[in-house]
Amino acid sequence: MIQLPFAAVSAPGIEVAYMASSALFVLGIKFLGKVKTARKGNQIAALGMAVAMAATLWELLQAGKYSGISWAFAGPTLLFGGLLGWRLAVRVPMTAMPEFVAIFNGLGGLASLLVALAEVSLIAVLANDRLQLPGLPSPAGLTLSRHGGFDFAIAVALSVVIGAVTFSGSMIAYAKLAGKVNKSRFGPLGSTPTNIVLGLLTLGLVVWGGFIAETPTELWIANGSLALVSLALGVGLTMPIGGADMPVAIALLNSYSGIAGMTTGFVLNNNVLIVAGSLVGASGIILTQIMCKAMNRSLSNVLLGVMGDTGSAASKEGYTKVKTTTAEELAPLLDAARLVIIVPGYGLAVAQAQHKVRELASLLEKQGCAVKYAIHPVAGRMPGHMNILLAEANVPYEQLFELDHINDEFAQADVALVLGANDVCNPAANDDPKSPIAGMPVLNVWNARTVVVVKRSLSAGYAGIRNELFQLDNSLMLLADAKKAMEDLVTELKAQ
Amino acid sequence: MTAFALVSSTGGSASMPFLLVGLWVLLLAVFLGIELIQKVPPTLHTPLMSGSNAISGITIVGSLLSLSSDYPLTGMILGAIAIVLAMINVFGGFIVTHRMLAMFRERPEVKK
Repeated sequence: MIQLPFAAVSAPGIEVAYMASSALFVLGIKFLGKVKTARKGNQIAALGMAVAMAATLWELLQAGKYSGISWAFAGPTLLFGGLLGWRLAVRVPMTAMPEFVAIFNGLGGLASLLVALAEVSLIAVLANDRLQLPGLPSPAGLTLSRHGGFDFAIAVALSVVIGAVTFSGSMIAYAKLAGKVNKSRFGPLGSTPTNIVLGLLTLGLVVWGGFIAETPTELWIANGSLALVSLALGVGLTMPIGGADMPVAIALLNSYSGIAGMTTGFVLNNNVLIVAGSLVGASGIILTQIMCKAMNRSLSNVLLGVMGDTGSAASKEGYTKVKTTTAEELAPLLDAARLVIIVPGYGLAVAQAQHKVRELASLLEKQGCAVKYAIHPVAGRMPGHMNILLAEANVPYEQLFELDHINDEFAQADVALVLGANDVCNPAANDDPKSPIAGMPVLNVWNARTVVVVKRSLSAGYAGIRNELFQLDNSLMLLADAKKAMEDLVTELKAQ
Repeated sequence: MTAFALVSSTGGSASMPFLLVGLWVLLLAVFLGIELIQKVPPTLHTPLMSGSNAISGITIVGSLLSLSSDYPLTGMILGAIAIVLAMINVFGGFIVTHRMLAMFRERPEVKK
């Protein structure tokens, strides 16, 4: 029997499966964009992933490509990775979601990097084989480009670089979100000159690793160093980004992880990787843009950490005429209120106060007071983070209002209750053109008859700037942990 | 030659090299991705991010391929590690997204 080239016999079957999987991804993302269909969207996308994996394994089995060793590796790792992912996902508290999205994202990037290096290992073996041949042609070994062409060499290099940057960048983003790191430099890493040097080094290694290295040793050294330099570059690029801008950084890194998958698709000539990767890449970029717009920042400002350095000096000046209050004093005020607008921020998430807020709101509603929630697009550590926390506490979706829809209503509110939010309701954004956050759309809480700011201290928010709101005539500060404050208010209100 | 046909010629056609097919696919998928995300409400940004994040775990396909017997042991080991990482990405991502979205659904219906 004539042995046909492998792809010629079985390619159509797997291509159809990959097509189905791609279609499922597209539908999944489409459905994920609407509240009503979002759950279905996630399931459809997961199904797409299952189809792609099953088809790949089936194809490998059919072709007899999986030896005992392959299975010895694949079986346990599939099981272990799946179980670990499942365990982590089930245990992570909703408040820590941004951090975990960053971690998962980074792991995906690292996987792309390793797949590209596995490809290098294959070429290294082929190069070695060629070196063993008698009557060596010149040049002797095998470069990536000579094996698979210009595009192959570039695709491998990009997978390594983008995969590595995604991984190390995401880990820094995680550390910053979790409050483990708040510097903008890590030794020399993070400064622009260092980044330029690392960038140039990366370019040089791409050329060496893809087009010049031709012995196994050279291939490994070149592409291994490319991976290491790119890891350093990922750290250097993410360090300067300010903590408040981390959501943007994560959206962008999410986009990178898609692009890394896409370039891996070009390495392996695999369409489903290209479709899924570029869908994620493109949607991530758009999401990044939407977030930048919400903060009135340009992407380049975010990436260069422009805001991170400017405001810190001003924040150190003390506040002189802050009026503090207690739950006891506030209870009559809330008791008499007819419209209370709650402005949740990261402080609410940290204190896990979402359930207590809901309890307070129910109590107010029973007394005939209307309760609304004003959600700033970048409240919390990630857009939509507050919505999830409040949904967890069963706050009706209809009570959540976006900035544009509620800003005019503060004038009618008796009380604006700011819970652990700071920068998103800083009047400086409107009044002070020199402020680092000038022009950022903010919630005009000061228009309410009384503003109650629940905060642990008078310290600056993520933007590191001072907030005049605390000193306004109609502002009252309740310096306490958000959850404790809510508990006290509920108790006091019940006693009324 | 047949040894790595799976990785080098799946998806290509006789008339068009894979690179071009791939670039066409890339082009259209990018526009599709941009179009799909344009009008997503901020409420869904976090779930969307973690959901699309899980989709980027599609690299799992690549890591499965690099365990095929064409690859040397080094490649297989790299592929095996990649499988663990990509599986965490895929499982973790989809389940976390599911958990977040389940909260939107389980909210009490508006009283009639």
